[in-house]
Amino acid sequence: MTDQIQKVDIYIMGKKYTVPETLTIMDAMEYAGYQLVRGCGCRAGFCGACATVYRMAGDYELKVGLACQTKVEDGMYLAQIPFFPGRKATFDLEEIKPSTAHFSQLYPEVYRCLGCSSCTKVCPQDIDVMQYIAYIQRGDFQKAADLSFDCLMCGLCVSRCPANIVHYNAALAARRLYSRYIAKPYAFLAERAKAIEEGKMDAEIDELVAADKEKLQELYDNREIEK
Amino acid sequence: MSYTPELMELMKKVEETRPSRVGVNYPRMTPDERRDVLRNFHPDYIEDGFRELKVGVDKGARLTNEMADVFEAYSRLKDVDIDLTAEPDYDVDILIIGGGGAGASAALEAHSAGANVMISTKLRFGDANTMMAQGGIQAADKENDSPAIHYLDVMGGGRLENVPELARALVMDAPLVIKWLEDMGTMFDKKEDGTMITIHGGGTSRKRMHAARDYTGAEIMRTLRDEVLNKGIKVVEFSAAVEIILDDKGSAAGAVLYNLETDQYEVARAKTVIIATGGSGRLHYRGFPTSNHYGATADGLVMGYRAGAKTIYADSIQYHPTGGAYPPQLLGLLVTEKTRGLGATPLNIKGEQFVYHLETRDVASSAIIRECEERGLGVPLPTGITAVWLDSPLIDLIHGEGTIERQLPAMLRQFQRFDVDIRKVPMLIYPTLHYQNGGLLIDENGLSSVNNLYVAGEASGGMHGTNRLMGNSLLDIIVFGRRAGRHAAVVIKDLEVPVGLNLEHLNSYHKELEETGAADGRIGPMLLPRYTHR
Ligand SMILES: Cc1cc2nc3c(=O)[nH]c(=O)nc-3n(C[C@H](O)[C@H](O)[C@H](O)COP(=O)(O)OP(=O)(O)OC[C@H]3O[C@@H](n4cnc5c(N)ncnc54)[C@H](O)[C@@H]3O)c2cc1C
Ligand code: FES
Repeated sequence: MTDQIQKVDIYIMGKKYTVPETLTIMDAMEYAGYQLVRGCGCRAGFCGACATVYRMAGDYELKVGLACQTKVEDGMYLAQIPFFPGRKATFDLEEIKPSTAHFSQLYPEVYRCLGCSSCTKVCPQDIDVMQYIAYIQRGDFQKAADLSFDCLMCGLCVSRCPANIVHYNAALAARRLYSRYIAKPYAFLAERAKAIEEGKMDAEIDELVAADKEKLQELYDNREIEK
Repeated sequence: MSYTPELMELMKKVEETRPSRVGVNYPRMTPDERRDVLRNFHPDYIEDGFRELKVGVDKGARLTNEMADVFEAYSRLKDVDIDLTAEPDYDVDILIIGGGGAGASAALEAHSAGANVMISTKLRFGDANTMMAQGGIQAADKENDSPAIHYLDVMGGGRLENVPELARALVMDAPLVIKWLEDMGTMFDKKEDGTMITIHGGGTSRKRMHAARDYTGAEIMRTLRDEVLNKGIKVVEFSAAVEIILDDKGSAAGAVLYNLETDQYEVARAKTVIIATGGSGRLHYRGFPTSNHYGATADGLVMGYRAGAKTIYADSIQYHPTGGAYPPQLLGLLVTEKTRGLGATPLNIKGEQFVYHLETRDVASSAIIRECEERGLGVPLPTGITAVWLDSPLIDLIHGEGTIERQLPAMLRQFQRFDVDIRKVPMLIYPTLHYQNGGLLIDENGLSSVNNLYVAGEASGGMHGTNRLMGNSLLDIIVFGRRAGRHAAVVIKDLEVPVGLNLEHLNSYHKELEETGAADGRIGPMLLPRYTHR
């Protein structure tokens, strides 16, 4: 198989390696001989460990991608940015409210956005980052939470921001504030939790815990299934 | 479009049969049919994949060859001098090994009970299987549901081999866990009035799968992580534990940590230790691709076992029926069960359904393997393997246009990155190595068979029997993470700082290895898989 697959030349931190064209950047680095420690987590586009900056030979434009989610191309010059020293504000969720007054104490830099849109251009999840920052500025935490939800916290936005905003941490704070204070709590959940804590659900389950396997199998095979 | 012309041609069959399949439910298997397909096609029953352990407390137990390889291995510390009499590098009440969902939950509970806690983790905090869970988390918090009904699903799904007390703890804590997460500002999918949106998962009898779009685990993990950081709990990253340290009484008393970046060993002393190192997909049983994160190499099981902790069902592995099969960059990647939950059905090369789409995972996987291997009705792929279709476009037909975009954004994006639009064309799937059903045996408080050694999360076992249902793992890691953290925080109050720290158990383990010749020069735990020189 491998013999028939086309090979391409890539440049890992300036050094040339020839690798099969079907590989992702991450697989290609390993193919080239790197034992990854930094820059590799889920290998599936969920954790944001593998932010990568690249440029195609002859081009001046810098591109970005997740190493585990981007196929290699011939003439790719690449380097990973496995860590970015972005600041996280610490807070007690019970002490703050979804208000601009509180938020501007946590992340004052959010309100100094220059509107350059570098963050949006660089997001490997195609999130309109600048727009959710604008929602936060306006105090619309619901929209900010919704729009930022798919963020993997890879840090590429932060690496490009001239105003030193740490978008992903601001977004996370916004989502937690929205979920805690704006989205309605699920009323029956509190009721159910209370019933359990008061031991009201014990009898029904203890009967099953005491049942033998045969009885359980029969109950299981004949259980009613919600449509 | 990255499907080849041959695949596009085969896909026409799927399109032809689609109208006749909308709204038609394929029959579930009878209990006998289920047992049959499992016995003949599930890798758990294929004997040459297993061997008996030659060393340790569970000598004679059956394990997959790949897991036995890491169990039957010398310690990384075999020829390393660790001075356990010197002042330790870290000195805490509770050492938590592993920064996934179980570790973070344990840390939060222990911290809030006043304990001095530290998390030591192999990669970044949150680089973990928890981050990858998409589908959802189960809890009986609807009026037509109850922990008892949930219990029956857990037990039946687990082939009735579950430890009843652990299964009971799992389902009884479930609504409390959802409440805990809701209060912490986790963004669950809800209706306007606050009601949780819940759907079915494989093997559920009630709609009790809670989700946060299809980033459920990520949403839970980032919230827990944020909270751990807010509380100022100490987290040491790129610091893999390699052995458990015992004290003069044989109780757990810390761990030797390995700095992956500087190659240095450090000593952490603790009154209690919680192993929360997750699963083992990266051992690639039987050469299967895996859905697991990079660090899922069973380290905690190996360390715990050497220290004397017993295992349960460590030979029982879950193959997820819907792993990506094509394009090749998506091999092994999980196609969330929510895709089936929303109505996508598996189809063979003729475009015909061959298994009810919500059978439990073990049954569905076995049926897919049978379709490809025995019946020869799989779809041949250019990469040389066979697969079956998963008819994702059905979802928008059933629930209306835009459903995939709203409910499965991660899935849509991942396939789009490699030029496959799952709203328009079906996916190609084959079972992927997904989950370790068993692990180290614990009690309801997460305590292992070694004094002061707790285990929580995927590294532990018992609650799921030999087959875990979707949504019960995210649940289990938080239930038992919290329980372990809370219990340890109480226990430490009566414990002195441990003395007589030692690694004697390694010597006797090594001796057994020598006598049996079982290790064959291998060293463990693995820490990271090697993919260089493919
Ligand atoms: C792709 C995918 C999808 C899933 N979907 C669902 C779902 O929808 N619903 C559900 O309920 N379950 C799901 N699961 C299962 C569930 O996510 C996991 O079983 C669960 O999150 C495991 O949590 P954990 O905390 O035990 O382990 P992990 O989250 O894996 O955390 C373990 C941590 O320990 C660290 N570690 C490992 N070894 C060492 C060491 N030697 N020293 C220090 N640290 C170490 C790891 O780096 C990691 O950070 C899914 C799993 C995967 C892989
Ligand atoms: S390794 Fe997790 S996103 Fe790439």
